[in-house]
Amino acid sequence: MSIDWKNYDAGCFFDELISSPGNARIPARSLVSHLGALGDDEIQMRRDMAQATIVEMGVTFTVYTEEGNIDRAWPFDIIPRVISAKQWKTLDLGLKQRLKALNLFINDVYHDQQIVKDGIFPAHILKDSKNFRPECVGVTPPFGVWANICGTDLVRDETGKFFVLEDNLRVPSGVAYMLENRSITKRVLPELFENDRILPINDYPSKLFDTLAALSPRKIKNPEIVVLTPGIYNSAYFEHAFLAQQMGVELVEGRDLKVGDDDKVYMRTIGGLERVDVIYRRIDDMFLDPECFDKSSVLGVPGLMRAWRAGNVALANAPGAGVADDKVVYAFVPQMIQYYLNEKPIIDNVKTWLCDDAQHRAYVLDNLESLVIKPANESGGYGMLIGPHSTKRQRSEFARLIKDNPRNYIAQPTLKLSVSPTLVDGGNLEPRHLDLRPFILQADDIYVTTGGLTRVAMERGSLVVNSSQGGGSKDTWIVDTEAR
Amino acid sequence: MMLSTVAERMYWAARYLERVENTARLIGVYHKLLLDLPSGVDITWYNLIILNSAESAFEERYKNRDERNVLKFMLFDEQPTSTLSAVKMLRENVRTSRDVLASEVWECVNGLYLYIRNNSQQGLLRRPRYEFIDGIIKSCQQINGLLNDTTNHDEGWQFIELGRNLERADMTSRILDAGVSLLLQPTDDIGVNLHQFVWGHVLRSLSADLSYRRTARTRIGGSEVTNFLLEDEFFPRTLRYCHDRMVEAVHKLPRQEVVLKKLEALNGFGFSAESESDLDASFRDYINELQIRLGGLHQCFYDNWFALSEG
Repeated sequence: MSIDWKNYDAGCFFDELISSPGNARIPARSLVSHLGALGDDEIQMRRDMAQATIVEMGVTFTVYTEEGNIDRAWPFDIIPRVISAKQWKTLDLGLKQRLKALNLFINDVYHDQQIVKDGIFPAHILKDSKNFRPECVGVTPPFGVWANICGTDLVRDETGKFFVLEDNLRVPSGVAYMLENRSITKRVLPELFENDRILPINDYPSKLFDTLAALSPRKIKNPEIVVLTPGIYNSAYFEHAFLAQQMGVELVEGRDLKVGDDDKVYMRTIGGLERVDVIYRRIDDMFLDPECFDKSSVLGVPGLMRAWRAGNVALANAPGAGVADDKVVYAFVPQMIQYYLNEKPIIDNVKTWLCDDAQHRAYVLDNLESLVIKPANESGGYGMLIGPHSTKRQRSEFARLIKDNPRNYIAQPTLKLSVSPTLVDGGNLEPRHLDLRPFILQADDIYVTTGGLTRVAMERGSLVVNSSQGGGSKDTWIVDTEAR
Repeated sequence: MMLSTVAERMYWAARYLERVENTARLIGVYHKLLLDLPSGVDITWYNLIILNSAESAFEERYKNRDERNVLKFMLFDEQPTSTLSAVKMLRENVRTSRDVLASEVWECVNGLYLYIRNNSQQGLLRRPRYEFIDGIIKSCQQINGLLNDTTNHDEGWQFIELGRNLERADMTSRILDAGVSLLLQPTDDIGVNLHQFVWGHVLRSLSADLSYRRTARTRIGGSEVTNFLLEDEFFPRTLRYCHDRMVEAVHKLPRQEVVLKKLEALNGFGFSAESESDLDASFRDYINELQIRLGGLHQCFYDNWFALSEG
């Protein structure tokens, strides 16, 4: 027995590897035929190997539960998801275009607000934005770029067309898992890397380093760069340590840093205090500086905002960048691209209804059963209503929430997310829904990862891909079929 | 310059790694020793508890001082001297130092943790015990090798040296103390040379028997073994050797003056016993004082480099 591709059927969804039962898409051909040639025991052996590798490498993420924090092994499916290099090229351009526009928007919002004056972006949406930080008004970070690291979630509909689902501009995570997924796949399916031209992804840490170094206020050869983590209990701690190690920079917590009377940032070393130039912060705005934001925060550094405003330290992402990480603001990105770049969006948004708009709201309230309702500022898939999977009670609860605070809710159609063949318990192959999170870096230069992190909803029929809620992941291959 | 918190983690990682290996070695030695013990010699598994000054923690849990309870206590119980606790702490310190240590170090430490956690029965049963213990020691050696060959021998390395050598010095002093205390107990005439038996055992507990024979070229006697373990400058577990390595390490670190003075004082305290008759209650006081000084040394490292005071 082995995988029988003729019996694998993705139904009405777009499948990433298969075009019709038994037929592989071009970039996935050698992968599909290779997997088809492996016996059941061989497949099981590779799965066990992947599992053992994950446990050995200690690739974990932390889940918060009532009983305390659990360190879970990273759920991983050995069958990669494949995209052609040609298609990727377009997405790469679209992602760059999008981040450039978003950064111009953020910079505009903290200065003249020209986009509001020109009537493109409504003033009241900005006024009620939870992530607009008055403390940031008038500051210009290096290159006028606020979001240096962005994770943009892409999905495909039933025709295979890509859409942007959301832009994560605060502290997006997942890139370490993207890199680890590739290391695992290289150990588990090495033979495929010999034949296929699978584009490498391992330049991310050095690109990240270059991006951060470019932000240094002191123009010196070796600026001091640190990764600021909330600590080992954070769900992404593994990634913080991973990136610090890969870049060869210090991993620090708030208590390792200190702002001097000179408004400069120092770290506490065995030899005394030492100046810090760039902080890749992985803690939220609100916890950054107890002098400025949440007074009770013990994660942050008192005086950090002072130092940042004085231009003595660079923070990536800049505080306040999250103003554009809002699902209401998201709805305006196509207009921003037009307004700031005078270009047509290369990747479209998912159709979005703003509950803030009376007409839209009426439509949403009439159609809760078929829509997905999302709060404007939550991440991690929390606080959502998936209409077709909801109960009457949940729907009336959301109707009340929307009426109480329309600005905080948006609605989107329930997407027929694409699927990809995934090994499930018992060794069978079944379609599972997935998305894709590429990472985009911007400072003096702009860069997109080759592919990104593919997240999979491991439960049959589920659309929730977040690792905190039972999601898993796959390696993502950008395959160059023309270079052969 | 290295972050204080990172330096502290490296120091503790080295201490816990040493502790895991030392405990495994001790259990291995007792395992063999108790197989060929002359009857009448009052050495039991419980001596391991005394050696680790863990009597009261043990009594809280167990009535019976038998082999199974001692091994459970030493290997797996949730108490600070158990191997499992030490490897957990080692893992935690390495996990939070993944930005400065090679990923292979982390993988090995994580593997050791999983090995100890998943094989508790192996340690409690007599037949598979030796293999289990041997697995732990080999894994510790592998981690030490990786640390040596993949870590920068910069400041961080000096903290590894400090942690390792302080932990070793402490263990050596404990084993010496245990040896002397055994001989101070009244025993029946058992027809073997009890002294030779006990001191041989002390040497083996530290894997020092071969080195002792080659260096001392004399019989195995109390004052000779004691002097060897205190003052030999080449065997890596003697007080002298550990002291000298710490001095070397401190010389390569910033803000060294206070610590050097403390180490100087330890040196001045002296490492020797004149004759067999010196090995009496007052020798135990000497060892006790030595251990207090080692504890003071740790405090001194802490105040000087790790405490997040204004610098």
